[in-house]
Amino acid sequence: MSRPSDHHETPPPPKGEGITQPSLGIVGYLRFFWRQLTSMRTALVLLLLLALAAIPGSLVPQRSSDPNGVTTYYQDHPDLAPVLDDLQLFDVFGSVWFSAIYLLLFVSLIGCVVPRTLHHLKALRTPPPKTPARLSRLEAYRSSSVEGADAASAMESARTLLRKAGYRVRMFERAGELSVSAERGYLRETGNLVFHTALIGVLVSVGIGGGFAYNGQKVVVEGGPFVNVLNDYDTFSPGRFFDEGALPPYRLIVDDFDATYETENVNAFGFASGFRADVTVHEEGREAYEAQVRVNDPLNIMGLDTYLTGNGYAPHLTVTDADGNIAFTGAVPFLPQDANLTSLGIVKVPDALPEQIGMRGFFYPTAAELESGALTSTFPDLLNPVLTLNVYTGDLGIDDGTPRSVYSLNIEEMTEIVGGDSGVDAIRLQPGESYDLPGGRGTVTFDSMAEVSPDGESVLRFASLDVHYDPSAGWVLLFVVLVIAGLITGLFVPRRRVWVKAVEESGGIRLEYAGLARGDDPGLDRAVGDLAERHAQSLRVRLD
Amino acid sequence: MSDVLDSYSLVAIYSAMAVYLIAFVLFAIDIAKRSANASTAAGQLAMSEGQLAASGSGGVATLERQATDAAAPRYRFERVGFALTVLATALHVGGVVLRGVAQGFVPWANMFEFSLTSSAIIAVVFLLLQFWQDLKFLGVYMTGFVLIALGVGTVNFYVPVKPLPDALDSYWLIIHVFVAALGTALFAVGAALSLLQLLQARRESGAGGRGLAFLRTLPNSVRLENSAYLVTVVGFVFWTFTLVAGAIWAERAWGRYWGWDTKEVWTFIIWTVYAGYIHARATRGWRGARSAWLALIGFASVLFNYTVVNLFFKGLHSYSGL
Ligand code: HEM
Repeated sequence: MSRPSDHHETPPPPKGEGITQPSLGIVGYLRFFWRQLTSMRTALVLLLLLALAAIPGSLVPQRSSDPNGVTTYYQDHPDLAPVLDDLQLFDVFGSVWFSAIYLLLFVSLIGCVVPRTLHHLKALRTPPPKTPARLSRLEAYRSSSVEGADAASAMESARTLLRKAGYRVRMFERAGELSVSAERGYLRETGNLVFHTALIGVLVSVGIGGGFAYNGQKVVVEGGPFVNVLNDYDTFSPGRFFDEGALPPYRLIVDDFDATYETENVNAFGFASGFRADVTVHEEGREAYEAQVRVNDPLNIMGLDTYLTGNGYAPHLTVTDADGNIAFTGAVPFLPQDANLTSLGIVKVPDALPEQIGMRGFFYPTAAELESGALTSTFPDLLNPVLTLNVYTGDLGIDDGTPRSVYSLNIEEMTEIVGGDSGVDAIRLQPGESYDLPGGRGTVTFDSMAEVSPDGESVLRFASLDVHYDPSAGWVLLFVVLVIAGLITGLFVPRRRVWVKAVEESGGIRLEYAGLARGDDPGLDRAVGDLAERHAQSLRVRLD
Repeated sequence: MSDVLDSYSLVAIYSAMAVYLIAFVLFAIDIAKRSANASTAAGQLAMSEGQLAASGSGGVATLERQATDAAAPRYRFERVGFALTVLATALHVGGVVLRGVAQGFVPWANMFEFSLTSSAIIAVVFLLLQFWQDLKFLGVYMTGFVLIALGVGTVNFYVPVKPLPDALDSYWLIIHVFVAALGTALFAVGAALSLLQLLQARRESGAGGRGLAFLRTLPNSVRLENSAYLVTVVGFVFWTFTLVAGAIWAERAWGRYWGWDTKEVWTFIIWTVYAGYIHARATRGWRGARSAWLALIGFASVLFNYTVVNLFFKGLHSYSGL
């Protein structure tokens, strides 16, 4: 049996079967179960279940695509979130229940495709079936009488016609009648099988190839390096089979970051485009070369793709402590909070004496004062850069080795000495300006980088780079191409059987044409009509 | 300059809407008249109906064709409505092209442009399908659909011409969105046919409501089902391509071809539901009404994807431009 037992073209089982069946036994049960699993109905139900099961994946934030969303969800719904988590609703696509559905579906698929493939391979070598006795009962039927023609030559020309149309043909002879039996469209089933098999290919490629994949993120300030080793990444997510030694040895320097800002179109004033990071790449054993990373246009280095996923400003600060020592100097990436790049940043100075210093503040590339006196940025480019900072002293809480994000400040053990409720106005600096901390605790300088930066700007920019490696992509693409090719042939190549029969009559022959669709075949009737017409034409030519 | 073109574009769109509206009314009158005539001419039609029923699954096509041809009244309102739809579509396409010229890139980079362009594609697909088969009886549905899309688009989503965000500047995006719109158009037609198929099947089984007498003037449910299937299946091929082009673009833009972003989830759901529909058509006991329901669920998901998911769900695809 080739098709599933409940395919609409498989003849239904005789009535009563199943009711009077003898006891099944284990083998019987297994066979019964397998038949159920590989039936069309099961495939259909599993497909629909899969669609249903995917829905929560769009309603609830997913750890894989939106980890921050999950954190926020926990904060907003502290009671509900753990329950959802127990149901794996934050990991729908890796959950037990989702996996169960698609694995069952694919078992069903394999159980369905293998016997069909075997059957199809046999069918490819089987000649067309015998001509039915009564063609007039078939779906599409035509007949006509031709005087003075003989059956043999009529069938010969029918055979040629069908051959040319891509049919496989076979002649049959019975008392008083000759017929051609023809079949075409084996490609339809081939396409269908290629389609389903390639689906398995996609799943396997994703499953295995995905295990070797990894990706990491790194924020690099202009002039700064990135070295492709594990601990230079800010974050890194390896696949199951990741091996640290597999990271290709290279490093790169971000020489310059550029963006273009719209100033003419009032509807889109400040709109940024043309993001571009100019980099110099040093691959091991190769001369350094220059390259660019743009949005939608990753840079491939030694098999790894580097993407540009974000950008912002990194004000350069120098902090001296009470003793006059430089306790901190460096560029600090500030995270953009809006389209005009009002940015939020944290500065930690663990080496300051006598107490550690922490600062939290905003950077405004084009600062403007609101009516309330608060600052805001009105344009994303550096037209009027201003930095504001609140200062805390005390214990940063990082000495005991507890991992803390560089983008958050833990002020539990600290006192606010500048800004906020401290009674001292927050620091407000432009590039090149300094501020003396109260109580002789030292100074904070917002360094101007105009001399250093590649385009003479007073504040450096940073680029967020994403580095990806995924060996499954090529395989998935290959199988997906097969999926589409199989789909199109499986759906649109008509598969049909056609018969032409010549019955001898007094003074000539009666010709009968009939067709039988195998699968959806809206063009069947027309095809039989066309055949009858073309055949009649060719006979006329002969008779003339 | 681009503002001027943009406003011409809007003028063309508003004119198109006015003409669609007249066409819609004419199509509606046509349906109403068909219902009225169908009741009075019931006796006359009963004969050809009998023939239709006898012909069974549409195999003896010649018989049917004769029957419908002989009995086919001239639907004057429908013909005028259709002519106006052609005019409206021309204006509509003109408006879309102007918008594209105004901004210098393809006009489907935000929700406003997407409603404009996809509804234009729907209208064009509807017109082109007539070369294949007379589906003018879907006129009231199609023009109504396009009107709603344009109405909501211009009133709720309008944004003036803006530069293209870097993230959307990709050939794959152009292909992805265009093919998605084609698929949507075919799904829309398929859903209409499936809906009529359900109504027709109900009428044929004797349970049909009285108000739907116009169904007598339409093809029988089996032929409706076959047409619905073909249109939908072509739509499915486009949708598959949408999914793949989207994945390729995602791999260029975000470094992963599939990440279960909300929009990806819904594209997948739609694809799976339609795969279910195709299977249902081949499953004993699921052909006919049940598979038609799946086609309707599929199209409902498509609409959901373009409206609710675009506007209210969070994800990387937040390109609505609002
Ligand atoms: C991963 C799950 C599956 C998907 C996405 C899927 C999708 C499809 C699609 C799109 C088609 C139409 C394309 C063509 O004819 O080439 C199709 C046809 C078909 N599928 Fe599947 N399928 C799946 C699993 C299965 C399973 C498990 C079975 C076996 C029970 C099956 C049996 C069939 C059959 C027999 C047809 C031909 C229908 C006909 O005769 O018209 N499929 N499938």
